[in-house]
Amino acid sequence: MIGGLDFTVVWKDLPYFFLGRYPKGPLGGVGLTLYLAVVSLFLSFIGGLILGLLSVSRNRLIKWGSSAVIQTIRGMPLLMVIFWMFFLLPSLLGGGMPASWTVITALTLFTSSYMSEIVRAGILGIPKGQTEAAISTGLSHRQAMLHIILPQALRNMIPSFVNQFVSMIKDTSLAFIVGVSELTQVATQMNNRTMLYPTEIFLFIAVIYFILCFAFTELSRWLERRLAYQKAI
Amino acid sequence: MIRFEGVHKWFGPLHVLNNINLRVKPGEVVVVCGPSGSGKSTLIRTINDLEPINEGKLVVAGMDLSDRKTDINKLRAEIGFVFQQFNLYPHLTVLKNITLAPIKIRKLDRKTAEEQAMALLERVGLAEKRNAHPSQLSGGQQQRVAIARGLAMKPKIMLFDEPTSALDPEMIGEVLQVMKDLAVSGMTMMVVTHEMGFAREVSHRVVFMDHGTVLEEAEPEEFFKNPQHDRAQQFLKQILSPMH
Ligand SMILES: Nc1ncnc2c1ncn2[C@@H]1O[C@H](COP(=O)(O)OP(=O)(O)O)[C@@H](O)[C@H]1O
Ligand SMILES: [Mg+2]
Repeated sequence: MIGGLDFTVVWKDLPYFFLGRYPKGPLGGVGLTLYLAVVSLFLSFIGGLILGLLSVSRNRLIKWGSSAVIQTIRGMPLLMVIFWMFFLLPSLLGGGMPASWTVITALTLFTSSYMSEIVRAGILGIPKGQTEAAISTGLSHRQAMLHIILPQALRNMIPSFVNQFVSMIKDTSLAFIVGVSELTQVATQMNNRTMLYPTEIFLFIAVIYFILCFAFTELSRWLERRLAYQKAI
Repeated sequence: MIRFEGVHKWFGPLHVLNNINLRVKPGEVVVVCGPSGSGKSTLIRTINDLEPINEGKLVVAGMDLSDRKTDINKLRAEIGFVFQQFNLYPHLTVLKNITLAPIKIRKLDRKTAEEQAMALLERVGLAEKRNAHPSQLSGGQQQRVAIARGLAMKPKIMLFDEPTSALDPEMIGEVLQVMKDLAVSGMTMMVVTHEMGFAREVSHRVVFMDHGTVLEEAEPEEFFKNPQHDRAQQFLKQILSPMH
């Protein structure tokens, strides 16, 4: 008992909060939250990189096309994108897509469009002299991007990427709306079972979200300091 | 080696190069000077197509820049360019700054490229800095590495856009010395600079620009003793007075 609250309901089912029915059944809870976040982040990194590169293309058609895609996705609420993917993808692919993957697709699309802006700003933030120096030695624009601009830009983007990961962890909670048993869904289930301890249950998962996000925010701060230090030497 | 014939360039309404006619022969060292904003940088940057020309004919190392079929990357590989701000790659070591292009373009293997880079670093007196990053070097050292990077492609022409203007005075000499050695070795060079000592000692010709035109073109002795245009006389007075 803490301040009149009874957390027995949480302690009793602690493994369920962290792993769902895993290893006997599918992964759920915190495990699934992290799984959704990590997989989506990885895919968003690739998607953001591609979209970002397209958006700084010297070909206007490609540049405008990719900007249109990015702005469209950015103009939609994430929840909408999740619904769209949940109802659209299985019918497009003839069924058989697990709900968690429709969520991963939605998170990836959504975060890719944000990541692409980070990538774009990162690329544009590298002084023009760098590209000029590279192409002056005979490198093509593509080689200059690959060997000179991107390595510097990506390095500057690391803290932003970690921040995106923090947002991603929070965004995964929306997966509960389509019945994916990540942390928020697990908590809702537990609460529905008894309806006696909503405060305890939601306080507990709030703390877990906080710890996860705090840890990664700290990581990003630390990286930022480290990179600043490396730059200074 | 370089031939401008009636070259024009505009930045929007600004007529930044106005009917340029110039020739640089192999092995020649030409200094370009003139007031700020007169189009010197633009002129030298057209030679490797960092600034495309709008009108006229420009032939460099046998390649016609006004011809769309010319492979610009191939042209640029034949020309070393040294910038005022050095523009070394900060994420790479000195050695990698120099070997990148020879490895990617000349397809040298790493070992050959590094041997060649070390020879160049010896030449600019920075062999011991091979594993340093640019931020660990002084401005003068960075500019010498930038020259070595330009030379690594074994270019036919070296271009310099105010290579000493961003340097502290005590570092100007070391960079000019490297450039002098290069000139003596027979390199074709075009140098935008206000270092009149360099112009007098090393160059074969001085080109004076004003408002996008070449106002005067003469041997250095001639130019310094006897500038023809008022603008050139004024410019020389301004440039030389603080030193005398
Ligand atoms: N990219 C550009 N766009 C528009 N105007 C430019 C650009 N680059 C240079 N200019 C203008 O062209 C003129 C000549 O510039 P520049 O060639 O740099 O002169 P200099 O090197 O002799 O100082 C200046 O008035 C400058 O402001
Ligand atoms: Mg200039």
